[in-house]
Amino acid sequence: MERMNPRSRSDAYGSRINRSHSPSLAYSVPWLSIMLGSLFPLFLIAIAMPMVPPVGLLMLLGWRLVRPGLLPVWAGFPLGLFDDLFNGQPFGFAVLAWSLALIAIEFIELRFPWRSFWQDWFTAGILLIGYLFSGWLLSGATPTGSSLAALGPQVVFTVLLFPLFARFVARLDQFRLTRRKRIA
Amino acid sequence: MAPPNQRRSSYSRRAQYNVFTGYILAGLGALVGAVLLGLSFFQPNLFGWARSGANDAVTPAAETTATVRSGTRSLWESITGYYRAGSKNAELEREMDIARIRLAEARAIEQENRRLKALIGLQDASSKPVALARLIGSTASSTRRFAYVGAGRSNGVKIGMPVRSPRGVVGRILEVGANSARVLLLTDSESVLPVRRAKDEVVAFAEGRGDGLLRIRLINLGINPLEPGDVFVTSGAGGYYRPGIAVAILTEKTDDGGLARLISDPAATDFVAIEPIFEPEAAIAVETPIERELEN
Repeated sequence: MERMNPRSRSDAYGSRINRSHSPSLAYSVPWLSIMLGSLFPLFLIAIAMPMVPPVGLLMLLGWRLVRPGLLPVWAGFPLGLFDDLFNGQPFGFAVLAWSLALIAIEFIELRFPWRSFWQDWFTAGILLIGYLFSGWLLSGATPTGSSLAALGPQVVFTVLLFPLFARFVARLDQFRLTRRKRIA
Repeated sequence: MAPPNQRRSSYSRRAQYNVFTGYILAGLGALVGAVLLGLSFFQPNLFGWARSGANDAVTPAAETTATVRSGTRSLWESITGYYRAGSKNAELEREMDIARIRLAEARAIEQENRRLKALIGLQDASSKPVALARLIGSTASSTRRFAYVGAGRSNGVKIGMPVRSPRGVVGRILEVGANSARVLLLTDSESVLPVRRAKDEVVAFAEGRGDGLLRIRLINLGINPLEPGDVFVTSGAGGYYRPGIAVAILTEKTDDGGLARLISDPAATDFVAIEPIFEPEAAIAVETPIERELEN
């Protein structure tokens, strides 16, 4: 007798027999990964000029654009509040900026329901540049030309890194929905 | 990607209200953010307790990554050390010979200094550091330049204390938590440090530019006597820093001073010492506005 394809009863998230998604994992992974992203620049290096991209915001935009409908519109408030504890900007900056970014994406989605990845990258790029630029403007210090010039490499890094983070978020999404064993 | 279908809220009242409430909450969130931002512009330390509490919580993890970071860096340094090791070694030995002679001369000068100070009755207060701690991280993605050290109130660290590495000045304590403290790095655009040229008495201010360089602004304007390669040390004015700690090397000359590079780059710094404020009375006097001084 011909053997059945061993993977015929499984999909991208694993076998479907006696296995099911873990609700705690499915709900917590997006939020936890964004919060870890907020912490990441703190751990990386103590450096004399801003170089590291705002990883928390990159993760947030990644989840919002790669997996629409998962994060609620108001997610910018709690996540921004956490980011504000570590980002070095005046307190409240990330709350405002992240909330506005999510509202902006909501309106873009209303206008363009079907998008390609390039459009998403464009959206994220505009939002990231706006975030970094307003961060320079509202840093609590006097905005100077030289600190604006120092922003250049960071802006380029950040915009170029978005596709990488989108891929990473896609992997995390797969991990989030993996079927765990359930004996019942 | 396909749009999620939950946006079409259909005829269900509940679904419609859910979407509407989401928008209201998001708008409120942005509004609260704007209010918080406005508050922290007028009172920068209003939310300091939350920040320092959060940093206390992550300090153990950050210390671990800092250890790994310095470990990998020294591994890389020992690998690059093999590149042209022979010629480097010869050069280093030559430098070492000269340095030994200079060191002997410096000891003689130190001895003479001690004698002269004793002669005029100056007491050289030995400044023992308050705490030794690891520089655990910085706000690497923000325009502002803050770093965190793994020592806080429980170690006796107070706001305003100078932070230095074996090479030179790193910055000043800005906020203190129980086990961690926030440091204003010299390159932050709000940092101003009174300095003097190491070889003579040309005094200046070293201001952070926010891009990793310091701007040296001379106090006495006139002919600019600075040359690239000049080393600047703290002058002790202002009362925070002990005089004579290395700060920066001039790289470029401008009309009113020059641009200087940090001697103690925080990226290459592992452990730092937190020292007591040099002259607390002077530091308080400088901070007090004249109006309040007249009232008392």
